[in-house]
Amino acid sequence: MRRIIAAAAIAAFTLTQSGALRAETPPNILVVADAIDDIVTLDPAEVFEFSGSDYVNNVYDTLFVFDPNDLDAGFQPGLAESYSLAEDGKTYAFKIREGVTFHSGNPVTAEDVVFSFVRAVKLKKTPSFILTQFGFTAENVEDKIKVAGANEVTMELDQAYAPSFFLNCLTASVASIVDKKLALEHEQDGDFGYEWLKTNSAGSGAFKLAAWKPSEAYILERPGDEDGYWRGKVAMQRVVVRNVPEPASQRLLLLNGDADIARKLQPDDIAAIAGNSEVRVETDLKGRIYYLGLNQKNEFLSKPKVLEAMKYLVDYKGMEATLLKGQYVQHQTFLPLTFLGALDKNPYTLDVARAKELLAEAGVPDGFKVTMDTRTVSPVIEMAQSIQATMAQAGIEIEILPGDGKQTLTKYRARQHDIYIGAWGPDYPDPHTNADTFTSNADNRDEAKLTGKLAWRNSWDIPDLTKLTEAAVLENDAGKRVEMYHELQAQVLERGPFVLMFQQILQNALRENVTGLNTGGPITAAYYWTVTK
Amino acid sequence: MSILGPVGLGGRRVELFRRRLCGVAKLLGTLLLTFLGLLLVTFLIGRVVPVDPVLAAVGDRASAEVYEQAKRELGLDRPLYEQFAVYVWDVLRGDLGKSVLTARPVAEDIGRFFPATLELATLATIIGVLLGVPAGVVAAVNRGRWPDQVIRVVGLVGYSMPIFWLGLMGLLLFYGTLGWVAGPGRVDIFYEGMVPSITGMLLIDSALAGDWAVWRSAFSHIILPAGTLGYFSLAYISRMTRSFMLEQLGQEYVTTARVKGLSEWRVVWRHALGNIMVPLITVIALSYAQLLEGSVLTETVFAWPGLGRYITSSLLSADMNAVLGGTLVVGAVFIGLNLLSDLLYRVLDPRAR
Repeated sequence: MRRIIAAAAIAAFTLTQSGALRAETPPNILVVADAIDDIVTLDPAEVFEFSGSDYVNNVYDTLFVFDPNDLDAGFQPGLAESYSLAEDGKTYAFKIREGVTFHSGNPVTAEDVVFSFVRAVKLKKTPSFILTQFGFTAENVEDKIKVAGANEVTMELDQAYAPSFFLNCLTASVASIVDKKLALEHEQDGDFGYEWLKTNSAGSGAFKLAAWKPSEAYILERPGDEDGYWRGKVAMQRVVVRNVPEPASQRLLLLNGDADIARKLQPDDIAAIAGNSEVRVETDLKGRIYYLGLNQKNEFLSKPKVLEAMKYLVDYKGMEATLLKGQYVQHQTFLPLTFLGALDKNPYTLDVARAKELLAEAGVPDGFKVTMDTRTVSPVIEMAQSIQATMAQAGIEIEILPGDGKQTLTKYRARQHDIYIGAWGPDYPDPHTNADTFTSNADNRDEAKLTGKLAWRNSWDIPDLTKLTEAAVLENDAGKRVEMYHELQAQVLERGPFVLMFQQILQNALRENVTGLNTGGPITAAYYWTVTK
Repeated sequence: MSILGPVGLGGRRVELFRRRLCGVAKLLGTLLLTFLGLLLVTFLIGRVVPVDPVLAAVGDRASAEVYEQAKRELGLDRPLYEQFAVYVWDVLRGDLGKSVLTARPVAEDIGRFFPATLELATLATIIGVLLGVPAGVVAAVNRGRWPDQVIRVVGLVGYSMPIFWLGLMGLLLFYGTLGWVAGPGRVDIFYEGMVPSITGMLLIDSALAGDWAVWRSAFSHIILPAGTLGYFSLAYISRMTRSFMLEQLGQEYVTTARVKGLSEWRVVWRHALGNIMVPLITVIALSYAQLLEGSVLTETVFAWPGLGRYITSSLLSADMNAVLGGTLVVGAVFIGLNLLSDLLYRVLDPRAR
C-alpha cells in the first residue's frame, strides 16, 4: 500500500514537471488575456459589446476607417476609395476600392456593400439604429442603397446631414462589409446568413476567425502572408484572445510569459507590476463616462437649485486619486474628450458650504431622503459609497439600493429610480451619439417609451435642447457644429439632471517585446493586426 | 407437486418479473416527476426574478421595435403556461433551445462545459478520497495525539479558507514562482484543438489519440485546480471518516478482533473501515455531486470553462434556456449519483440486498 502511494506520488510529480515548460509565446502568435464574457454574437450586424467590437475591428473592413497610427486624423477612406455628395446634400456616391478580396477569395464588390447594408437594416438587430437614423427602413433600403456602376454604390439619406456625421457612422461595426456569396451559401429561411455568422466570419479584414469557443477564447488567423492585407503589414499569424475573467490570473499569465497582453488588470495589479522590466503599461483614453441620473419625477430632484447643489457634493478629485486611480479621470461634460466638439471644462468641485446655500435657496435647508440604484460591481459600489458620504454632509440622505446590472437597468428604463449611478459609452464616433441621449427627448410622456434616451429616462423635458440637437446633425459648417455641441454641453453642466463625473482610461499591460498595440481610443476598438513582437 | 411445481415456479418467475417491471416503471415515473418538478420550479424562478430576459438579449440601446422583435423571437410574448409547455415539449424531443449568451444550442454548450467540469471534479474527488480516507483513519487511530492534531488542522484550513484565495495562492506559488505547473486554462495554446474531441475530457481524449504531449500539458493545467478542489473535499472526507471510524473503533467487535489476535492493521483497515463504507460512500457521492455542479470561483480563477460559470452567468443574464438546461444536467447528476450509491450499498452491505 505504502509503496503504491509513494510510486503514484513520484509519477504525478514527474508528469507535472515535464508538462510545465516555462514558455514564451511563439513569435508569430499574439496571446491576449482579456475578459470576453460579454460577447454574445460574432455577426457584425449585431455586435455591440466592447469585446465584440474588438473582434469585428480585426476581421471586417468598413467603407471608412480610422488609421490606427493616427486616430486623431479622423475617418479615412476604407473600402470606399472616394466619395462624392450630390447637390441636394443627401445622395452619396461611393467608389469601391478594387483588388480587395474577402477571406474566401471572393472579390469585394459594390454588390457586397449593398448586401451588407440591406442586411443590417433588415435584420433589425440592436445597432441597426446607427444606419436607420438616416432614413433607411426595411421597406425602402433597397431603393435608397443601390449599385450604381461596376464599382459604385449610391446611398440616399432622408435629410442633408452633416457629412462628418454620416461618414463617422460608416466606421461602426454594424456598417462592416460582409461577403455576400459566402453569407448566402449559409442562409436559412431568408436570414441573410445570420445564424451562421453568429459563430463564423465572412470578412475582408486582417484576420479570419479560426476558432470560437464561447467564454473560453477566440482565435484569429491571418488568411495569407504578412503583406496580403490591403491596409498594411500584418506581422502576427495568429491572435489568441483568451477569456481570463480573474485579473490576478491575467497578471500571472503575463508575468510568466504565457500571455503577451493583459487587458483587464485592476489598479492593484498595475501597481504590482510597476517596476518589472519585462512588462510595461500603456494607457488609453476611452469613451465611457460615469454619471448620476437624477429622476425629474422626484419632488426634490426636480428643483434646479438642488440639481446644482448635488453637483457640488461629489468628491471628483478624491475619487480619481483613490478608488478610480488609473481607471477613470475627472470629466464633467457629456462628450468624451477627443470627440468633435468635446468641452474640457470641470467647473464643479466638492464644496459642501456652497451646496448648503443652494439647498437653502431651494427650500430644503435640512436636505431630504432619496434612493440610488447601484450595481454591485466595482468601482460602481465604491463610488456610490463615496457619493453617499459627501451628500450626507449637506443633509442629503442617500439609501443605496444594490442590484445586479440587468435589474437596475430594467428599473431605470421604466423611470422608477430616484438616482441611478451608471456608465454610458458612445455607440459611434460622432458627437451626436451622446447628444442624442443626453439632450434629446422628443416626447416626455411615459407612454412614449423612449427608453434609449437618458433624457427621457430621467424625465427631463427639453424641447429647446431637443431642437438644438437635431439642428446640430444637419449643420454642414464644421465650426458652427462644434459651437452647437459646446452649447449643449454647457446647458447640461448648468441645468441638466446629470452629474457627469468621470471618463474611462484603460490600462493595458504588455510584455516588453510587444509593440504597435492600439486599443482604439474613445472612438473605435482594438487593433491587433498592427502588433509586432 | 410434480405437476404443480414447474407451473408454480414459472408463476413465481412471472410474478418476480412483474414486480421488477413495476419497480422500474415506478423508478422511471419518479424520475420523470422529479425532472418535471425541477424544471417547473427553475422555470418559475427564472420568470419571477426582476430581470428582463429580452433586455439581456438585445442590450440597453435597443429601439422599441428591435425589443419587440426579440421578445417575439424568444417566445416571451406568449402566456407563461404556454411557454412552459413549449419548453417541455422541446426538451422531450431532445431540443434544449438556444442560449442567448453564446448564440449556440444549449445542448452543444453543455456538451462542451460539462466534460470540463466532470474531468475536474473527478480528479478532485480522486485526490480527496485517496488522501482524505487514509488521513481520516490515521487521525481516528491516533485520536488526540499529534497525527490527529496535524490532520485536523490541515483539514480545518482546507475547509475554512476561501477556495478562490487558495487557488490564487496556489497559482502564485506553483505556477508563478516555482513554475511546476501550467497556468490558467485547460491546455497550452499550441495544443489547442490538436486532439479530436471524443469525450470532451482532454486527459481522456489525448490518451485515446495517443498524443502524450497534449496529455502532459492538460495534466499540468488540471492538477492545480483539481488539487485545490481536492483539498476542499479531502477536508470534508477526512473529517467524516475520522468520526465514523471513532464510532467503529469503540465497538465490541473491534475489541473481539483484537483479543482474537488479529493484527492492528487488519482490525483497522479491514474490519472497521469495511464497516463504515456505506455512510462513507454517501459522503463521497455528495461531495462529488457538489463538485459536479461546478465551482464558480475556482473556474474563474483558473479560467476553466466549466458548468458553474456557465450556469451562473446565464442566471445573471436571465438566459433561461441555458439555466434550465444546466439545471437538468445537475439534477441528472444528483439522481445518477444517488442511484449509483444505492447500487454500491447493495454490493457492500449484505443487509441492503
